[in-house]
Amino acid sequence: MTMQPDALGARIGMWLFLFSELLLFGGLFLLYAVYLARYPADFAAGGQQLDALLGTGNTLLLITSSLTVALALSALQQGRRQLCQILLCATIFASLLFLTIKGVEWQAKFAHGIFPGGTELESLPVGQQIFFGLYFVTTGLHGLHVLVGAALLLWTLGLTHRGQVTAENSVMLENGALYWHLVDLIWIFIFPLYYLLL
Amino acid sequence: MAKQNDRGFLQASNRQPLLFDWIFSVDHKRIGLLYLYSVGAFFLSGVLLGLLIRLELIAPGPTIATAQTYNALFTLHGVVMIFLFIIPGIPGAFGNIMLPLQIGAQDVAFPRLNLLSWWLYILGAFMALTSLFSGGGPPDTGWTFYVPFSSETPTNVSLALLAVFIIGFSSILTGVNFVTTIHRLRSPGMHWGRLPLFIWSLYATAWVQILATPVLGITVVLVMVERIIGFGLFDPARGGDPILYQHLFWIYSHPAVYIMVLPAMGVISEIIPVFSRKPTFGYKAIAASSVAIAAAGSLVWGHHMFVSGMSDTAILIFSLLTFLVAIPSAVKVFNWVATLYRGSISLEPPMLFALAFVFLFSIGGLTGLILGSASTDMHVHDTHFVVGHFHYVMFGGTGFAFFAALHYWLPKIFGRLYNMKIATVAWAIIFVGFNLLYFPMMLVGLRGMPRRYYDYLPHFQGLNMVSTIGSWVLAIGLLLMFINLYRGMRRGAFAGNNPWQAATLEWVPTSPPPEENFSHPPQVTHGPYDLEQAGKP
Repeated sequence: MTMQPDALGARIGMWLFLFSELLLFGGLFLLYAVYLARYPADFAAGGQQLDALLGTGNTLLLITSSLTVALALSALQQGRRQLCQILLCATIFASLLFLTIKGVEWQAKFAHGIFPGGTELESLPVGQQIFFGLYFVTTGLHGLHVLVGAALLLWTLGLTHRGQVTAENSVMLENGALYWHLVDLIWIFIFPLYYLLL
Repeated sequence: MAKQNDRGFLQASNRQPLLFDWIFSVDHKRIGLLYLYSVGAFFLSGVLLGLLIRLELIAPGPTIATAQTYNALFTLHGVVMIFLFIIPGIPGAFGNIMLPLQIGAQDVAFPRLNLLSWWLYILGAFMALTSLFSGGGPPDTGWTFYVPFSSETPTNVSLALLAVFIIGFSSILTGVNFVTTIHRLRSPGMHWGRLPLFIWSLYATAWVQILATPVLGITVVLVMVERIIGFGLFDPARGGDPILYQHLFWIYSHPAVYIMVLPAMGVISEIIPVFSRKPTFGYKAIAASSVAIAAAGSLVWGHHMFVSGMSDTAILIFSLLTFLVAIPSAVKVFNWVATLYRGSISLEPPMLFALAFVFLFSIGGLTGLILGSASTDMHVHDTHFVVGHFHYVMFGGTGFAFFAALHYWLPKIFGRLYNMKIATVAWAIIFVGFNLLYFPMMLVGLRGMPRRYYDYLPHFQGLNMVSTIGSWVLAIGLLLMFINLYRGMRRGAFAGNNPWQAATLEWVPTSPPPEENFSHPPQVTHGPYDLEQAGKP
């Protein structure tokens, strides 16, 4: 009796893991909710200082990359391996661009003395300090997930190239794409909460 | 039928297995044994730390350690026992070995992920131990890592937190693996109504692991960020709120109590019908109560914080929800007792430990109601009463179930039996020592002795002395039990495939089971406790 590859099982496992990722961020959203209720004016003032343009750009990038990774999966399932690889490369490129923009954004904040231990941050009202603390932790953790997702897709790209991920055995790419959609989804919550609503 | 001296998965190939054949094995039984050996080792080190704590408390004033060392001792005792023994103990060791066997599968759904879980667990344990000897010295915060102390203390808390994060990751992956396995790999005929109750309890546990552990993950990450970078998210001086830390911490750590105790209840639900020779009473109620405990237990974290400054409404709600958990727990106890009623009871060692579980867990559960009720909790909060209570639940409950599982399943895993008489004597010593150790704690707590204090007033000495003597009795009993089990698994009498005449699937293959478990998926035709069918596949 040998184990059969179980694509549905692998998908169930990935979904369960994604639940746990959602809850990881759930803790941060919980803190956001409590502190927003406590310091609404400070949060509004903090939100004004974030660059909505860069945030929008990043949102567009992530949504587009979700599209490309979904197209990559369809391409693979239709047996168009080269197209699949190009689309995966596009996704990975988008993720790097996302991180670059995020870096520019952080850099601009740092330049204004808004960084942990920075004098400018320390002089702000406590509510704004909390806001920027949460902003850095949340976007930092999300950025880390972008990095992990990109690495995962890069690895899958390699497996596709070596013919180990194919039209018949595409669950690895499916799960990578699922993970990527999660990264996108979490950003879809972060973006309005930090850049738009306040 | 295979030869009696067939060593099954223990020696799958023709040569003697090397260390590498074990630590890189993806066989669930070998991984389970790796867990068993490692949790066993950590249990013994936790016991040693506990003995030192009790020795320090034998008399007022400094006895064997300084106050700082004492803080490190109880922190470490807590971290080792909770994160390295109780949480991974039964699911990691017995869950891994028995889950595929009991549902008639060849392995878990993700064997390599399973190995990764063990490696992460060992990595985390290694880091936790390293935190003792490096940086600013052993953490002294208590296992709860409460801020603001944990974000301020110069001891090596960051590394310990990273260790907890990694062990939590391992726990999540085990949960993902178990849920998928139970959904996908059941044998033909093994529908949900025929799932052994141990599997039901693992299923409920796995969901709690998946849904609660990430919250602990983000919590310890935030404390680490706080220590390393410092945003003041929990610092009241900078607008943060330490109570929020406590909420986040207990949102995980209270459900974690059920990660610890649900598999234990599953073990007891396996043993009691077999040694009463009766189908379990209320199979569906026991299965459903596992799920109900997992669900209700996730909503009660606030009862750890009655004196922290929550609103009265919140206290009322959390108190009510806490009482609700007592219902499914009591359903289990009543069903076990009803299974015993008019059963043909044989008091062999697994059964003795199971009965001790029911007794001790009931004491632990009933004293839990005293803590769940806000008014009485105010009186005994953070006293030794709490210490006594949770040791009755955690050790009297999960610990005894772990021992019961050892006595019940070791003959399956190693194909050999231990000495029954010595096992019975060891059980008796452990039982007496346990009650000598923990019952006086509840009394001294009711009289007002706080927990975690290095020193106490002279009039608490009598009960503390009894408690410390109890700790030695308990340790002697544990030593005797482990020596007996070790001798048994080395050169005990051959056990045969099914020494207890049980009806669950794990007893069908040879003992020890062959590497591939079943040559073909077994066709399941009867429930797990139809004992007349015992031994028939």
